[in-house]
Amino acid sequence: MSSSVPAYGPDAPGRLAALADVTASDAALRRFLHGLPGVDAVGLEARAAGLGTRSIKTTAKAYAIDLAISMIDLTTLEGADTFGKVRALCAKGLRPDPTDPGTPHVAAICVYPDMVATAREALGEGSGINVASVATAFPAGRTALPVKLADTADAVAAGADEIDMVIDRGAFLSGRYMEVFEEIRAVKQACVRADGTVAHLKVIFENGELATYDNIRRCSWLAMLAGADFIKTSTGKVAVNATPPNTLLMLEAVRDFRDAVGVQVGVKPAGGIRTSKDAIKYLVMVNETLGDDWLSPEWFRFGASSLLNDLLMQRQKLSTGRYSGPDYVTVD
Amino acid sequence: MSEKSERPENSERSERSEKDGKAERTGKSGMAEQQARLAVFKTYKLYVGGKFPRSESGRVYEVTDSKSGQWLANAPLASRKDARDAVVAARKAVAGWSGATAYNRGQVLYRVAEMLEGRREQFVREVAEAEGLSKARAAAAVDAAVDRWVWYAGWTDKIAQVVGGANPVAGPFFNLSTPEPTGVVAVLAPQESSLLGLVSVLAPVIATGNTAVVVASQRAPLPALSFGEVLASSDVPSGVVNVLSGRTAELAAPLAAHGDVNALDLAGADADLAVELEAAAADTLKRVRRPAAEDWAAEPGTSRLTAWLETKTVWHPIGV
Repeated sequence: MSSSVPAYGPDAPGRLAALADVTASDAALRRFLHGLPGVDAVGLEARAAGLGTRSIKTTAKAYAIDLAISMIDLTTLEGADTFGKVRALCAKGLRPDPTDPGTPHVAAICVYPDMVATAREALGEGSGINVASVATAFPAGRTALPVKLADTADAVAAGADEIDMVIDRGAFLSGRYMEVFEEIRAVKQACVRADGTVAHLKVIFENGELATYDNIRRCSWLAMLAGADFIKTSTGKVAVNATPPNTLLMLEAVRDFRDAVGVQVGVKPAGGIRTSKDAIKYLVMVNETLGDDWLSPEWFRFGASSLLNDLLMQRQKLSTGRYSGPDYVTVD
Repeated sequence: MSEKSERPENSERSERSEKDGKAERTGKSGMAEQQARLAVFKTYKLYVGGKFPRSESGRVYEVTDSKSGQWLANAPLASRKDARDAVVAARKAVAGWSGATAYNRGQVLYRVAEMLEGRREQFVREVAEAEGLSKARAAAAVDAAVDRWVWYAGWTDKIAQVVGGANPVAGPFFNLSTPEPTGVVAVLAPQESSLLGLVSVLAPVIATGNTAVVVASQRAPLPALSFGEVLASSDVPSGVVNVLSGRTAELAAPLAAHGDVNALDLAGADADLAVELEAAAADTLKRVRRPAAEDWAAEPGTSRLTAWLETKTVWHPIGV
C-alpha cells in the first residue's frame, strides 16, 4: 500500500471495502480472525519489559512529559459525578498548572453521556479540547442494541466529539464475531451528526476480560475492520486494565493493519497508568513500534485521571529543581 | 568515605568468628574435626515504606568500628531518589497515623520499646562498636533509649491536655485549642549518639502523630538501620518511619527543598550545613528546628514534642 489514510477520513471506508470478502459472513470472519498468527506471549512480555527499561532524562523527559499531558483524556466516570465536578475537571483540563501558562492542555475530557452538555459548555468554543463520552451502556455493555444506539446518538447530539463504546465481550468470547462486528458498525452509524459530520469512535475491548493475548489480537483486527477510529484497552473498571504487554500487542496490530490495509488507527491505553514513569514507558513503546506518525494526541491517548497530577509534579520538579507534592496540584 | 560495590576482604572478622566457633565445638567431644561454621554477614538495608530496599543507586559504603577502624558492614549509600521515595511513603502514612487515636499510638510505641528490649544484646554490641563505648556504657545507652521510648509513648495521649485547652474569650463562645501533627518531618539524626540520640529525636516526631524520614548518623548508621527492623516487627504502620543511611549533606539537601516535607529537624547537621538547609527550607515554609549542643542522657522535656505540633483553635457558640 503506497500511502495510508486516517481511519476517520473520507477514504477509509473505500480501503476497508477492499476487505469486504473477509467480513462477508460469520464463517469468513471467523476464518480470518483465527488465521491471524498466534501471539508469542513470552516474547511479547519480554519486549514490553525491555522497552520499559529505557532511561529518559532531562530535555527528552521534559518533552515526553508535555507530550503525555497533551495526550490525556482527562476522565471522570463515577456514579457520584456532579455537574460541579465535571466543570472543575474541564477547568483543570484547560489550564492543568495555573502557575505555569506554558503547560499544554489535555486532549479531551471524558465523561458519561449525561455530562456531555455540561463539559461542552464549560470548555467553551475553540478550546482545542474535545469532549469524549462513553456510551453503549458503559462499562458492562449489557443492554439491547437499540438502547446502545440511543445512548450513542444522545451523547453525539449533546455535543460529544468522541464516543468510547464497549464491545459485547460475551458475544466475542462465545465466538459470535459477526455480532460484535455489526454492533460496532451500527454504533459508528449512530456517531453521524445531523449535519453529516462524524464523532470519532473509540472501541473498548476490556482486555482484562478477553483472557488471552490471541483474543486481544483478534479483537483488534475485528474492531479495525469494523471501522474503529481508535482502539482502547479497557474501561478502567475491572482488575486488569492497560498493561504494557497488551498495549504493545495492540500497537503491533495497528501497525500491521496500516501495512495491510493502508488505514491508520489510534490507540488508547486506559486505567492503571498513574505515574509519569509509566506514561513515558508507553511513549517509548509507541515510538519504537509505530514511530513518529503516532506520537501525537491525534493518534495516541492516555485514559487517566490521577496521571495528570503526577505529570504536573514531575514538570514542576524539572523547572524548579525541587520535588513537588500533592499540596501543589488540585486533588479532587 | 569510600564507595564499594563488593564486600571487602573482612579477614580479621571472619577469622575471629571461626576461632570462636572452634572453641565452642571442641568442648563437645567428637565434633572437633568438624569444619568451623562460615560467618553469616548481615546486609544492612534501608527501611522505606515498611520494606527493606537497597539504595536505588545500588551504592554502599563501608562502616567501620569507631575505635579500631575495623570493617563492620556495608551500609547503603542512599541517593536523592531514595529520599524522594521515602517522602512519598511518609506522606501516604500521614492520614492513617495522624488519624489513629492517641491511645492507640501510645500502645504501638510501647510495643516498639518491648521489641527493642528483646533485642537488647544486639543493640549493645552495635552501639559499642559504633560509638567506641565499653560494653557497660553501651548497655546503659541502650537501656536509656528503651526508657526514653517508653517515656515518649506515655506522652501520646497527654500532650493534648498540656498544650491544648479551653481559652477564656470575651463573648458567648467555647474557644478550644487542640494540637495537631505538622505532617511529614525530615529528621537528621544526631551524628554521635547513634541510638539514644536517634530515639530522642524520632520518638517525639511520631508520638505526636507525624510521620518521619530519618537520615541516620553518617559515620555510625548500623544501630539506626537495625532499629528499622524493630519498627517493622512492631505494629508501626508502614511508612510512618523511614530510615535512610548515607551522606547527610547529600540526602538533606533534597529533603530540605522538598515541597511535600512539612518540617525539618537539623539535629545531625553541622553549623554550615544547617544554615544552608534552613535557607532551602524557607522556600517551602517548613518548620525548622536548629541544631544545638544537647546532652542526650539528660531529661528531654517536652520541647521536641511541641516542635512538631500545630495549634488548631475553634470557636463554638454557647447555647446553640
